[in-house]
Amino acid sequence: MMPDLGKYAQAVLSSYAVSIALLVVLVAMSVWRARKTRRELTDIEQRVRRDG
Amino acid sequence: MASIWEYANPKKFIETTDRLLPWLSVTALLCLVVGLVWGFFFTPDDYKQGSTVKIIYLHVPAALMAINAWMMMLVASLIWIVRRHHVSALAARAAAPVGAMMTVIALATGAIWGQPMWGTWWAWDPRLTSFLILFLFYLGYMALWSAIENDDTAADLTSVLCIVGSVFAVLSRYAVNFWNQGLHQGASLSLDKEENVADVFYHPLLVSIAGFVLLFVALVFLRTQTEIRARRMRALIARERLQ
Repeated sequence: MMPDLGKYAQAVLSSYAVSIALLVVLVAMSVWRARKTRRELTDIEQRVRRDG
Repeated sequence: MASIWEYANPKKFIETTDRLLPWLSVTALLCLVVGLVWGFFFTPDDYKQGSTVKIIYLHVPAALMAINAWMMMLVASLIWIVRRHHVSALAARAAAPVGAMMTVIALATGAIWGQPMWGTWWAWDPRLTSFLILFLFYLGYMALWSAIENDDTAADLTSVLCIVGSVFAVLSRYAVNFWNQGLHQGASLSLDKEENVADVFYHPLLVSIAGFVLLFVALVFLRTQTEIRARRMRALIARERLQ
């Protein structure tokens, strides 16, 4: 299944590894910050409503 | 028909993008998987560049998005300057880290590709240099947003920086044509059949580009929602302190 990449195997595989890792980090950080901010905002809104 | 300016309302923006996000994310993932698997496993080697041609499915879409992200930020910044819609300023802020990451991917894959093809990781070639400067502009833009406490002042100043940086975004795209020198080849995608990449590489490349574009849009929507919520949070905290 794996194509024969010949003498450039290291270059091709490291390109894919670096790019996919960076994309995964970007998506994970965006989702993590989105959830954290949503949770914090809900807490603050509840506190503001409670304290008037 | 609803006016586009309705989406300048943060609540309307969040409601609409909440509905779109699952579809955008799934389509982006699908296009990325199909484009990259097709390109990696089912395309032949190039007669000149051998198997390194497979890097094109990451390098070209990332470079394209690095430039287009800045252009999107420019449009959003101009909307902020002219119409003072907060969502547009926050969308520009949200796009910057995504654009910066695309620039890093383009630079990294370019260096890895350049080493076996040119015999060097880096050269002060017009396109490579303008891309590096574009990356520095991304860093400066993000730092400026973080450094200024007042959101409106930060939006004003970063908008000006964005307009200045657009020169380098354009240069990154057309540097090869302007100077006609350096190691980097011309555009991979062209309407000229002679210049365009061969069909066997072109079709998976288009799918991969679609995946990067959709991923960018999905991430900008998600991150803009986050910026809107963070801004509301800062406003509520400030109001609490005053009471």
